[in-house]
Amino acid sequence: MSLLRVDNVSKHFGNLIAVDDISMTVEPGELRAVIGPNGAGKTTFFNMISGFLTPSSGHIVFDGEDITSLLPARRVWRGIARTFQITEVFPELTVRENMRIAVESASGFRLRLWQSREDDGEVRARVIDLLKMSGLTEKADRLVGELAHGDQRATEIMMALALKPRLLLLDEPTAGMGDQETYDITQLIRKLHRDQKLTIVLIEHDMRVVFHLADRIMVLAEGKMLAEGTPQEIAANEAVQAAYLGKAAA
Amino acid sequence: MSNQVNARKLIALACIWAVLLLVPYWMPPLGGYTALGTRVLVLGLAAMSVNFLLGFTGVLSFGHAAYFGLGAYGAGLSLKFLAPSTSISLLMGMLLGGLAGALLGTLIVRRRGVYFAMVTIAFGQVFYYIAFQWSSLTGGDDGLRGFSRQPLDFGLFSIDILSNTNNFYYFVLFCFALVVAVMGFILRSPFGRTMLAIRENERRARFLGIPVERHIWIAFTLSCFFMGFAGALYALLNNFADPKGLHFSQSGDFVMMAVMGGMRSFWGPLLGAAVFVILQDYLSSITVNWMSFVGLLFVIVVLFFPRGLLGVVRRKLVS
Repeated sequence: MSLLRVDNVSKHFGNLIAVDDISMTVEPGELRAVIGPNGAGKTTFFNMISGFLTPSSGHIVFDGEDITSLLPARRVWRGIARTFQITEVFPELTVRENMRIAVESASGFRLRLWQSREDDGEVRARVIDLLKMSGLTEKADRLVGELAHGDQRATEIMMALALKPRLLLLDEPTAGMGDQETYDITQLIRKLHRDQKLTIVLIEHDMRVVFHLADRIMVLAEGKMLAEGTPQEIAANEAVQAAYLGKAAA
Repeated sequence: MSNQVNARKLIALACIWAVLLLVPYWMPPLGGYTALGTRVLVLGLAAMSVNFLLGFTGVLSFGHAAYFGLGAYGAGLSLKFLAPSTSISLLMGMLLGGLAGALLGTLIVRRRGVYFAMVTIAFGQVFYYIAFQWSSLTGGDDGLRGFSRQPLDFGLFSIDILSNTNNFYYFVLFCFALVVAVMGFILRSPFGRTMLAIRENERRARFLGIPVERHIWIAFTLSCFFMGFAGALYALLNNFADPKGLHFSQSGDFVMMAVMGGMRSFWGPLLGAAVFVILQDYLSSITVNWMSFVGLLFVIVVLFFPRGLLGVVRRKLVS
């Protein structure tokens, strides 16, 4: 059974049709890239999957359950985690505290006014694991707001991972990054996909990253689905070339 | 490095408590009086309760005096009509303030920013006019009189807190310590960290699976319970409760104390309250326009020391 199924989803803002009748199926363990020119509706599409927006029509089914109008927090509890195009972290808290909040939320400790030593130890151990995985151990006690953009991004991805998601949504994970940072993040995503068999859907502008990582690619343009297929199929698709070249020429 | 920080924190904490414990000994020689210290503690507790929301959850309530005033009336009415017991009156005051907060909180937490502040003012004013108009119960504009704090009865012995101001100071300090300990405990808990998360970035908090409205409601309700408790102490301090304690200008005073002292720090509002109360006491004997001087200080602090007075002290100590 597919993990995520989007059925004929549309989103209207007044007269503007941001997303027009798009369907998508993501299998467990798949890494799906969503690409398209600016204003193609990629982020709107993403926001409907994560619960930031509710579709005007259509359905979203996650693991057999209709989640079309579920609140964001409840989608997180069911296993959908996301990052944002503009990094969303807790800037005036340390890296460690950022991750700790994520770990505690995932462990269901959100409402606890006290915590046993044992549970607290577990949380701390998990935070140390996440710090190691992200290579941020040395910066653990710095405020996230003071870190470089790439490190803030890595913190955000680690917070999403702390939720132990079954589906990870990454909105332009390499946006605004240098070559080295882009490479590091790409390797991290690749590792998550290959080693942990994590299902990932990502929006990305950097075509090297997309073709390096994706199992399948979906192309959006002006709110509509332009093409869908393996990287080879997409590379050979004339409509896609026209959309990108047409934009480049304009 | 973190050991050093911890040691510094412990020393600061020890200093704060030493200063508070010794108030009856150093305050009178400096030209003050012990009851002034008691007033600082009570209003400081209220300012810390406001800051529990403002500084640690990031939502500004401009109507918190309502729950403070309800606490005062709760305590006063309990002493007058229910039972001549100080501890029961504290409990009733806290319950009245807290439960009212819990109820109204369900309506308030859906709003954010300016709208949140406006709605809290509106509900606060409702209570003010009720207290003002319902003369038969509350004494209306004249305030609620005809009650006084009762000796603390421990069976074998009892402690007079009515005529002995030092005893009353230590009683208030004990209550203050209790509530402040609970507050500090909550802020260090996983729930407390979700409050910080909401303050820092509501969107991120939501997408970490934190139901933001529910958590703000809990923080709001807790803060109203603390506020009710502080209000009850205020009624005991004055043996009197009046509608002004519910008015939004009183809420403004609390916010001012919190911001002036430093709203990102736990103890800042207490310092803010101390400065406010002492300035008020000193200046009001010189001029009726004392508030303009406090206001001037407030403006200076906000413009030049956004981290508050405690923020300034802290930076001096570190460097």
